Amino acid sequence: MIDLLLLLILVIFAIAAVSMKDLLNTTIILGAYSMIMAIVWTRLNAVDVAFTEASVGAGITTMLMLAALSRTRRKEDEQEPGVEGKRPERFNIRNLLLYIVVVVTFGMLIYGTIDMPDFGDPNAPVHTHVADRYIKKSYKETGELNFVSAILANYRGYDTLGETTVIFTAGVSVVLLLKKKKR
Amino acid sequence: MKEHIIIRTVSRMLIPFIQLFSLYVIAHGDISPGGGFQGGVILASSIILYVIAFGMEEGEKRVSEKMRAVLNSTGLFIYAGIGVLCLVAGGAYLEYGTLPLGTPQHASHLGIYGIEIGVGITVSSIMMTIFFETARHEDDEDD
Repeated sequence: MIDLLLLLILVIFAIAAVSMKDLLNTTIILGAYSMIMAIVWTRLNAVDVAFTEASVGAGITTMLMLAALSRTRRKEDEQEPGVEGKRPERFNIRNLLLYIVVVVTFGMLIYGTIDMPDFGDPNAPVHTHVADRYIKKSYKETGELNFVSAILANYRGYDTLGETTVIFTAGVSVVLLLKKKKR
Repeated sequence: MKEHIIIRTVSRMLIPFIQLFSLYVIAHGDISPGGGFQGGVILASSIILYVIAFGMEEGEKRVSEKMRAVLNSTGLFIYAGIGVLCLVAGGAYLEYGTLPLGTPQHASHLGIYGIEIGVGITVSSIMMTIFFETARHEDDEDD
């Protein structure tokens, strides 16, 4: 029941974020969206993911969006084509193609979920491959009690090294692109 | 936002606790949710809160540009360096168990600690860097 309510709130927030004209409102709604998403992850017992969602999605992303917002305009341009004088045509051929693409993609995504195993199904592929070894042996093999950390740092150490390198590259790129020139 | 006394007072009280919590998250990544990435992000957000409350110049005084530039690469260096130490100790790259620190289990535990700290340093410093460089400086010319 509460899960459905949370998912409903997520949909409402997503629609609100898209339909807002003020970018500051959109940023704050997306922060709230991440916070609700963190609660959903907690309900699914994925506490590490929930933690990341709360700190990165609701915390730092909102701050970085605000920082980016301080360099641009908050409001949408008033002088949109078609707003003045005559109303924009809703159903020209271009819009029709867009609607078809959206509907087909939506249908394919729904079709894709039909094959997915039920939530918590012990015979799902994710639970039958390596998860068993992680749960049974990770403490003996890595000395970590939290096996999410054990997977990230030990079994998937190269991935985490790559992830850290990606973050480093992102920071260096921002410095190279936006650095004020010394005068 | 420099003239808002409530924001300044509240953030001055909150920032030490946020930073303590971020260190807790990094240090307890092995027994509870969290780890270097999340802790680093929380540490960065405490500095960003400081900048928002007290202004860019005050923030630059606390975490200078040079310090950020050094910290950016220090964390990644620690991570990759621990990998190289494992090679020197005779194992595969990032095979922490071969480090000469007691039993393989214990060595692996300490190695993971090391890389969590490295990840934390790089992530927090990079997040601060992105914020400092992206946010509008007061002396920016309007364009």
